[in-house]
Amino acid sequence: MTAPLMVDAQQVHKSFGVNEVLKGIDFQVAPGQVICLLGPSGSGKSTFLRCINHLEKINAGRLYVDGELVGYRQVGDKLHELPEKEVARKRTEIGMVFQHFNLFPHMTALGNIMEAPTRVKGEPKDDVRARAMDLLAKVGLADRARAYPRQLSGGQQQRVAIARALAMRPKLMLFDEPTSALDPELVGDVLAVMRDLARSGMTMIVVTHEIGFAREVADTVVFMDGGVVVESGPPSEVISNPQHTRTQAFLSQVL
Amino acid sequence: MTSEVETTRGRPETIRAVPVRHPWRWVAVVVIAVLVAMFAHMLVANPNIHWSVVRKNLFNSLILQGVRMTLELTVISMAVGIVLGVVAAVMRLSRNPIVSGVAWVYVWFFRGTPLLVQIFFWFAFSTFVRNIAFGIPFGPHFDGADSNKVVTLFISGILALALNEGAYMSEIVRAGIVSVDEGQTEAAHALGMTRLQTMWRVVLPQAMRVIIPPTGNEVNSMLKNTSLVSVAGLIDLLAAAQHIYYKNYRIVELLIVASIWYLAMTSAWQIVQYYIERYYGRGSARATPLTPMQRARMLAARGGHYQ
Ligand SMILES: Nc1ncnc2c1ncn2[C@@H]1O[C@H](COP(=O)(O)OP(=O)(O)OP(=O)(O)O)[C@@H](O)[C@H]1O
Ligand SMILES: [Mg+2]
Repeated sequence: MTAPLMVDAQQVHKSFGVNEVLKGIDFQVAPGQVICLLGPSGSGKSTFLRCINHLEKINAGRLYVDGELVGYRQVGDKLHELPEKEVARKRTEIGMVFQHFNLFPHMTALGNIMEAPTRVKGEPKDDVRARAMDLLAKVGLADRARAYPRQLSGGQQQRVAIARALAMRPKLMLFDEPTSALDPELVGDVLAVMRDLARSGMTMIVVTHEIGFAREVADTVVFMDGGVVVESGPPSEVISNPQHTRTQAFLSQVL
Repeated sequence: MTSEVETTRGRPETIRAVPVRHPWRWVAVVVIAVLVAMFAHMLVANPNIHWSVVRKNLFNSLILQGVRMTLELTVISMAVGIVLGVVAAVMRLSRNPIVSGVAWVYVWFFRGTPLLVQIFFWFAFSTFVRNIAFGIPFGPHFDGADSNKVVTLFISGILALALNEGAYMSEIVRAGIVSVDEGQTEAAHALGMTRLQTMWRVVLPQAMRVIIPPTGNEVNSMLKNTSLVSVAGLIDLLAAAQHIYYKNYRIVELLIVASIWYLAMTSAWQIVQYYIERYYGRGSARATPLTPMQRARMLAARGGHYQ
C-alpha cells in the first residue's frame, strides 16, 4: 500500500456557467510534501486551490483531503452534500493564505489570530493567547501584537495572516500568491517564514511566481495551463529542463 | 556648474510665507452675523413672544411627560427597528429565494406606504394588538380599562414606528453588508467559521462604519416622527405643547419650548453617535480624533499648551 495522500484530485472539473475553468485535474500530494503550483494568469490555479477547502464546488471528478471527500459524503454510489457545519469543521484542518492577506481590519494582530481557535474550536482563551504570541514571535512580530492591520506593512500583514492560519493547527496549508501584492523588499521576510514552515514538515500547496522559492523549497513543481496539469515533477526537471513548449514559454517569461 | 561636492551645507532658512488672504470669508462672516443678529432681535425684542411663558413652561409637568413619551417611543421603536432591519437585511441576502422574497415584500410594503397610514392601521387594529399583548405567556398583566387602553395605544404606536423603521434600516444595513470586501467572508470561511459567525463577528462589525451615519439620521427623524402617534391620543412632546397652547393660546412660545427640547434630544444623540462611531472606527486608516475628555486631560498634562 502507498502512504495515504493528503490531497488526491481525480479528474476534477469546475465550471463557472458555461466557462469550464478546470478540465480534469489529476494531482496528488503526500503528507509533508511542498508543492509549488505555477501557471499563467487565468489557468485556474486559484480556483483549484479554492476547491480544496470547498470555497468552490467541483462539478465532476473526485477530490479527497486526508482520505475524506471534500464537501460530500458518499452513500452507496450517491453523493450527499455535507451540511454547512461539517464543511466548516473540515475547513478548520486546512489553512489558507490569500494574495491580499484578508486580515480582519477591526481586530488587532493578536485578535485576528485568536478569533478562530476561540470562536470556532472553543479553546480556552489563555491557551490560545499563549500560542498566538508564540506564533507571532515565530513570524518575527512579537512586538506588534496590539497593532491593527492598517498599522502594519504588507509583509507584516501577510506574516500575521500566516500565523492566523497556523493557529488552527492545520494539517495542510494553501498559499495563493502570498507575495504578489508585496513590495519587492518585503517578499523575503514572508518567503523566509514559509521556508521555515516547509522545513518543519508542513504539507503545503503554494501558488507562486517566485521561481527561486519553488526551485529551493518545492518537492514537486506542477505547471498548469488552460485548466489542466501540463507537467509536474521535481524542480530540477520542470524548472531547469521543461519538456513541454507551454512550460518553456511560461518560464522564459517569468525567469 | 561645478562638480565639487559641498560637504557641509547649512540648513535652509525656515519658510515664512505670507498666507493666502480670503477676503470673501470676511464678507460672508459679516453678512451672516448681521442676519443672525436680526433674527435674534426679532425673537427677543418681539412684543408678541413672551419669554417668561417659555421659561415657565419649559419644565411644565405635561411637557416633561411628553418628553418622556417621545424618548420612550424613539428608543424602543429604534431598537426594535434596528433588530428588524438587521434580520431583514440578512434575509434579503440569503440564498433561499423564499427567505429573501419575504424580506423584499416587507421592505416594499412598509417603505411604499405613508407612515401615517400605517399608524392609523395599527391603531385601528389596536383591539387585535391588545389580544396579542395579553397573549404574551408569563407577560405582565394590566388591570383597569384605562391602563389597558394606554398600554395598547403605546404598543400600537411602537409597532407602527418600529415596523416602518425596520424597512428603512434593512436597506441601510444591507448597504453596509455589501460594502464589506468579499475577501473578508472568504477568509472567515477558510478559518472554519459558519455563515452566521462570519456575519456576526466579521462582516457586521465592519459594516457598522457604513451603517452608523445614516442610522444617526434615522434616530433624528424618529425623534420627530414620534409626534405622528399623537393622532391616536398618545401625548408626546409636541402633543403636550399643543394641549397647553389650546388653553393659553401661546402658540409660538410653546412651539419654542418643544423645539428647545427636540434640539436638546438631538444634540444628546449627536454626542452618543460620536462615541459609537469612534468605537467602530478603531483600526481604520484615519486616526480617530481625541474625545473631549482626552483632550482636556492632555491639555492639563501639558500645562495648558497644545503640542
Ligand atoms: N467566481 C467566478 N465566476 C466566474 N468566473 C470565474 C470565477 N472565478 C474565476 N473565474 C474564471 O476562472 C478562470 C480561472 O481563474 P483563476 O482565478 O483560477 O486563475 P489563476 O490561475 O488563479 O489566475 P491568476 O494567476 O491571475 O490568479 C478565469 O478565467 C476567471 O475569469
Ligand atoms: Mg489566482
